[in-house]
Amino acid sequence: MSAKTVRGLLPSSAPIRFVDESGSAVKAPAKYAAPPDELLRAAYRWMVVGRRFDTQATALTKQGRLAVYPSSRGQEACQVAGVLALREQDWLFPTYRDSVALVARGLDPVEVLTLLRGDWHCGYDPAAVRVAPQCTPLATQVLHATGMAEAMRRKGEDGVAMAFVGDGGTSEGDFHEALNFAAVFKAPVVFFVQNNQYAISVPLARQSAAPALAYKGVGYGVRSEQVDGNDLVAVLSVLRAAVEHARGGRGPFLVEAHTYRMDAHTNADDAGRYRDDEEVRRWSAADPVRRLETYLRGRGLLTGEDVEAAGVRAESFAADLRARMNADTEADLLEIFDHVYAEPTPQLREQRELLRAELNAQES
Amino acid sequence: MPTVSMAQALNTALRDALRDDERVLIFGEDVGPLGGVFRITDGLTRDFGEQRCFDTPLAESGIVGLAVGLAMGGFRPVVEMQFDAFAYPAFEQIASHVAKLRNRTRGRLALPMVIRVPYGGGVGGVEHHCDSSEAYYAHTPGLKVVTPATPEDAYWLLRDAVADPDPVVFLEPKKLYWSKAEAGLERRAAAPFGRAVVRRPGRDATLVAYGPAVLVAMEAATAAAEDGLDLEVVDLRTIVPFDDETVVASVRRTGRCVVVQEAQGFAGVGAEIAARVQERCFHSLAAPVLRVAGFDVPYPPPKLEHAHLPGVDRVLDAVERLQFGDRPDVRHLSRGAA
Ligand SMILES: Cc1ncc(C[n+]2csc(CCOP(=O)(O)OP(=O)(O)O)c2C)c(N)n1
Ligand SMILES: [Mg+2]
Repeated sequence: MSAKTVRGLLPSSAPIRFVDESGSAVKAPAKYAAPPDELLRAAYRWMVVGRRFDTQATALTKQGRLAVYPSSRGQEACQVAGVLALREQDWLFPTYRDSVALVARGLDPVEVLTLLRGDWHCGYDPAAVRVAPQCTPLATQVLHATGMAEAMRRKGEDGVAMAFVGDGGTSEGDFHEALNFAAVFKAPVVFFVQNNQYAISVPLARQSAAPALAYKGVGYGVRSEQVDGNDLVAVLSVLRAAVEHARGGRGPFLVEAHTYRMDAHTNADDAGRYRDDEEVRRWSAADPVRRLETYLRGRGLLTGEDVEAAGVRAESFAADLRARMNADTEADLLEIFDHVYAEPTPQLREQRELLRAELNAQES
Repeated sequence: MPTVSMAQALNTALRDALRDDERVLIFGEDVGPLGGVFRITDGLTRDFGEQRCFDTPLAESGIVGLAVGLAMGGFRPVVEMQFDAFAYPAFEQIASHVAKLRNRTRGRLALPMVIRVPYGGGVGGVEHHCDSSEAYYAHTPGLKVVTPATPEDAYWLLRDAVADPDPVVFLEPKKLYWSKAEAGLERRAAAPFGRAVVRRPGRDATLVAYGPAVLVAMEAATAAAEDGLDLEVVDLRTIVPFDDETVVASVRRTGRCVVVQEAQGFAGVGAEIAARVQERCFHSLAAPVLRVAGFDVPYPPPKLEHAHLPGVDRVLDAVERLQFGDRPDVRHLSRGAA
């Protein structure tokens, strides 16, 4: 590999930024184009809805309506940009933390929360929305995205697959295998690392000694970039370039977004055991929603009325979600036998009858 | 005797192992400052230092593979897999190396190490957090497989596992982590490792169980007693090595046997137990050996798991099918609410 090729793969030495923490524009490298204004306005609206969805889901968990909720508060720029960088024909491979991204993809929020509500595992039809089931076994989905990208490439389709993965997930073997496979096959896949600084309690410094996680792509021949993950404009711009790169047949692309998990790992976690409030306060100054709002207002792309309207829309979204989540659902216990195979085995049929008889006996 | 939870007993066992043997190292995901997601390693980094109890990067194959090398180098690693299903990335290391190194080297290289795995369901966990994975390990020669059902056993089994010359997969029933009981952690009353125990003596039938199913078997025995049926409960404690002697002695005495396990039944540990019992006790048996197990389905989501988990009623149904023709009084065991 020539030195020039290596340079072409390397990420920028500092995260790409379009907007600083105060909401003012800063100069970004010319190779990344600013997203269209209308897309930025849409992104803002989704971020407001996304944040409201997130706080609503946390509240529902406290009320016992959800078994567990991993919040992405503070990561809205990544959640929304990841989805808005994609087209309808593209596939998304999300993790358990990416519910807001699914909402921004237009999925029914109740179907998104099926998993965490405990009604079933995956509540939506993946093929209909081109979103794989939210994945919990870490980094396994990165290989699936690579395979899906390879499928689309072989069929001559122009779709791209995007895998979301966390900073911790980049330590798993599957992550590395996916990067290698994708590069060798030139699969049209984008690896989107949301580095939120923690894997449960383990801070980034204990997770990796790499100069930045974005450098992990280079050894595999994967073009890589790092970006300020709380700057929607930057994340969207770089991800759009990455998706275009993949769609253009130039192989995979890895983007690391530096962001922060404002809440604990899940509602069941006690973040006070491993990080201090001061750190959380520092990051709240980098809030992605406020930053985009200030920036768009400064450019005259957003009015006070728009902001208000976005808030109203988010409130009604939350109210609707609340009402639907508070309605009790009747679980069909026999469904546990229905989807194990295309046709149930004779043994499963027997077991289904056994449970049915038990349930009938309980009723009578 | 103090009353402790199983979680506390395990924590104390790790603490005492660190204190008594400087070769012991504890590592895994979030086991350091956080104390593990179940707090089993709570305070160990604080009290014994980063060198003895530490967080690793997030990679289960890495954790077990590193432990193999450390054990070869003279340490005694005790590693934690965060949940049952998250041990699967480590399965190659476990099946190809941990289980086989002694055999491959004609006994020249041993691997004294412990792989702790919180396992099983009944705690409302979402997918991948509730697997009963014991059969995978028990089916792999070279691994010892242990699962406690009481705080006292948890303590002594873990101490013995750490001291064992062979690798031990130590399965901790999540459902029992917070269950409390009096426990003698100071002085050893018995040697549980490799020995099953009769948890409750009885004359009419034997319930064989292990791990989370022991509690179910005990409750079933209590319920059956109200109907005049006296059930014996045998707790295996270690699945490998398997204590044929205790199980066989019990079934020869009672003449009837039901095996209870939480895991899906097909090709499970219960099948092995049933086969061993009928091979050894055929002439003592008044009825076929029956199994009560989870259904052969992927572990269901939280709202459906109660339909899957074998409970007291399913055990009593099985007991009723033990052909008590000579005992018309036990035909209709009463049922508690589901
Ligand atoms: C293979 C595997 N090991 C362990 C876990 C348990 N676990 C769930 S989330 C998590 C931390 C993941 O951190 P990161 O990848 O940074 O994603 P984040 O949760 O911060 O979004 C761990 C260890 C898991 N889900 N899968
Ligand atoms: Mg993280």
